[in-house]
Amino acid sequence: MRYIEIGRVALINYGKDYGRLVVIVDVVDQNRALVDAPDMVRSQMNFKRLSLTDIKIDIKRVPRKSTLIKAMQEADVQGKWDKSSWGRKLIVQKKRASLNDFDRFKLMLAKIKRGGLIRQELAKLKKESAS
Amino acid sequence: MAPKQSRNPELIRGVGKFSRSKMYHKRGLWAIKAKNGGVFPRHDPVAKPSPAAAKPSKFYPADDVKKPLLNKRNPRPTKLRASIAPGTVLIILAGRFKGKRVVFLKQLSSGLLLITGPFKVNGVPLRRVNQSYVIATSTKVDVSGVNFEKFDDKYFAKKVEKKKSKGEGEFFEAEKEEKNVLPQEKKDDQKSVDAALIKSIEAVPDLKTYLAARFSLKAGMKPHELVF
Repeated sequence: MRYIEIGRVALINYGKDYGRLVVIVDVVDQNRALVDAPDMVRSQMNFKRLSLTDIKIDIKRVPRKSTLIKAMQEADVQGKWDKSSWGRKLIVQKKRASLNDFDRFKLMLAKIKRGGLIRQELAKLKKESAS
Repeated sequence: MAPKQSRNPELIRGVGKFSRSKMYHKRGLWAIKAKNGGVFPRHDPVAKPSPAAAKPSKFYPADDVKKPLLNKRNPRPTKLRASIAPGTVLIILAGRFKGKRVVFLKQLSSGLLLITGPFKVNGVPLRRVNQSYVIATSTKVDVSGVNFEKFDDKYFAKKVEKKKSKGEGEFFEAEKEEKNVLPQEKKDDQKSVDAALIKSIEAVPDLKTYLAARFSLKAGMKPHELVF
């Protein structure tokens, strides 16, 4: 169950920092949290702007930047994120969006080739099961 | 020459860092005075050549004639987009070659872009195309081996037909035949330009099939989000 707690890693889903991974370091009031990330200034953010992830790190309330960075390294937040299915999907989305016109053409050729191979295998299997 | 930076940095608009007396010393006006014996050097006004005696005009127009406004426009070829460089693959958006992916060679003095298919690959000959009807992709082909210096706007000018004698029947038939034939010289030019190009295209896998295919928008493609 993903709770809002100190150390919860979240993804910003609205605004200027869209797509950034941040850590909740304090709760301001019923609707807002203080968030921090290694490459951003610590700031407040409404809960509605955050999508909670499964990752949680062990920190005290409002740690220093260096402590935060150290804790994130030890827990390997970026590594866990990139391995998680959510993280992997985001990486694929980004890659797809950055494809060149030539890349999209090569992708189309690769898809056709793969489809052809699959159909060959299927035909083989059908033949075997029929005989 | 780069414009000289003022010796008096601006603190706020209208307020310099140094006072008048400080600036006097900074600029070395005291040295100029000393060199000239205690006073600023004076230059006598240059004698202006007096205008030659103008004869009083014999004719004055009845009404005031309006002079057209001054036009200092300096016509130059259209500014080439930063994304377009020799060797860039362009997508043509209009005309009989719409959707074709072609190779950009150079910008002509009229502002139009000189492109080639290459002809063997996609049927687009050496041609001029307007920058506005083109999408520049980020794919580049190596054009260092191609010599396209000799091509300019005059090369593409329509041939002016000499006026023939008015023999009607034969006249029309002869005209039709002439229009269809491309001079051999142009065919040779196309071949020489394409020879080196095709070699560099075949060096990149799939690039030849890419240039042979046409571009089209498919379902789900949003042009404003596509990276070309």
